[in-house]
Amino acid sequence: MSAILKPKSKLIVCDGNEAAAWAVSLANVDMVAVYPITPQSSLVEYLAKFIADGRLGAEIVDVEGEHSVLSVLQGACLAGARTYTASCGPGLAFMFEPYLRTPGLRLPLVMTIVTRDTLTPQSVWGGHQDAMSVREVGWVQMYCESVQEVLDTTIMAYRIAEHSDVMLPVNICHDGNYLSFGAARCELPEQAEVNDFLGEKNVNWHVALDPRRPMAVDPLTGGAGGPGPSTFVRYRKGQCSGMQNSLRVITEVHEDWGRRFGRSHAPLVESYRMEGADYAMVTIGSMTGAAKDAVDEARARGEKVGLVKVKTYRPFPAEALVAALAEVKAAGVVDRSVSFGWNCGPLYQDAITAMYDAPKRVPMMSFIGGLAGADLTVGHFERVIGRVRELARDGRPAGTVWLNEKD
Amino acid sequence: MYEIRIHGRGGQGAVMAGGILATALVLEGKYVVAVPSFGFERRGAPVSSFLRFDEREIRQMTNIYRPDCVLCIDPTVARAVNVFEGVRDGAVLVQTTGKPLGDFQLPPQVATVGLCDAVAIALDIFKRSITNTIMLGAFARTTGLVSLESLQAAIRKSDFRDAGLKQNMAALERGFEATEVHQIERMAAA
Repeated sequence: MSAILKPKSKLIVCDGNEAAAWAVSLANVDMVAVYPITPQSSLVEYLAKFIADGRLGAEIVDVEGEHSVLSVLQGACLAGARTYTASCGPGLAFMFEPYLRTPGLRLPLVMTIVTRDTLTPQSVWGGHQDAMSVREVGWVQMYCESVQEVLDTTIMAYRIAEHSDVMLPVNICHDGNYLSFGAARCELPEQAEVNDFLGEKNVNWHVALDPRRPMAVDPLTGGAGGPGPSTFVRYRKGQCSGMQNSLRVITEVHEDWGRRFGRSHAPLVESYRMEGADYAMVTIGSMTGAAKDAVDEARARGEKVGLVKVKTYRPFPAEALVAALAEVKAAGVVDRSVSFGWNCGPLYQDAITAMYDAPKRVPMMSFIGGLAGADLTVGHFERVIGRVRELARDGRPAGTVWLNEKD
Repeated sequence: MYEIRIHGRGGQGAVMAGGILATALVLEGKYVVAVPSFGFERRGAPVSSFLRFDEREIRQMTNIYRPDCVLCIDPTVARAVNVFEGVRDGAVLVQTTGKPLGDFQLPPQVATVGLCDAVAIALDIFKRSITNTIMLGAFARTTGLVSLESLQAAIRKSDFRDAGLKQNMAALERGFEATEVHQIERMAAA
């Protein structure tokens, strides 16, 4: 469902999948490879339509599976093309081998994960479990809150990925169902302004498949003798530096976006009503909207509660989170996925790790909700606020709270 | 904020109705969020779709549990699901039906009812019971919350796969014209 309303206003009504497709079109991508999977399918259908209509002058390759999707794009990217795909859940699992290899190749691929809970039990609905399962592979990962943020972040992702201090693949994560199919009013930037923002395409300056300049890409490295170990370490450290550099680049790119387009999104973490907050919720993704409404209601009742949204999840914005939470007496972290190894949410695990460096100990608790398409409403966040208020008083965290357990 | 829950059956266009209504409301300067319910919907199975609009930006991307309005685009879906669940006091019901008001058992919260025999109109225009744009006309007539002109503009911008633009424009207008609006008088408590 889409409609450009007035030629000059550039306001459209679209869902998150269509917003991502608009962004890819505006970014003048050269090569798209796709394999459809719920809840991503309509996104690649929109892209196929944009290409068929001549709106986007890209090659589209409809391959036989996700492993080939990313393999095709690696080749295209090595030849200097700007590339895009989207996947999720079982598709992302089938893509894992080339997915694992892409960051080490330092290829600035951009890929949306339309997040979906993982099997099994059988489910086709949203949840962050797929994206969270690949959080340590070396892709930059940013989570979006709204349809507008999906559109804006997908364009920004190219400038981040292709920056010479980063040169890494980027995932934009948007929630399956609530953002993929949730429609909202959305501003569509002008093509010329996006062209200026992204600048000259310089996708792959460090290594290139060029018949006139043959080179070996990704030669055998490592082992226990000769130059192998130090070479391998150099590559690995370079990757880690690129990840850390991306924190600065993400911030700069978001600031420039705000200046040019008049819409600002917090780059790493967003502090919402944290002034004088005694305790806080930490959220990620589309749940944040309802959580902010719950904070407003609690503030109206006189409760000193605030919210910190994590947008950039990989690399983890540890310093920014510590700065945001340093003054509170307690915090509750709400995840839309599970860390099986720690019996809590993965964002909670990251948050307490980051908070080890905080000036004082902040008691924290893990809340898990919204799995497999379950709704996270203002009422759920009222419960979180109530429990965290108690934690601020007694300083004694309890085990993980499962928010939809009694829905 | 005003919250609408659309009930229908798979194939009638409940989700698309939400999208068209959202576009029409944005044309009138409103902020809108439309979230479909999700499942393995198949033709004939009960489906719902949620829409909220406001004068200011809406942040919640959630389902709707306390609707101000229930827009029911199928005549029998109320047998399968409780379409009145959670309705607010003073709620509006916009219902596809060939029956008179007296045949309906309404909860006390419902204050306004718009009735429209959308199935008969759909069979006439489309030769099958696709009721979504007809019931958008009924919604506009019953609530006055969106103009017929904005809905027409929104339909003109939509892609119709199964039925032509002309048919849907006619459907919208006939839905608007054929809707009977009833204000429910309640006995004052003694």
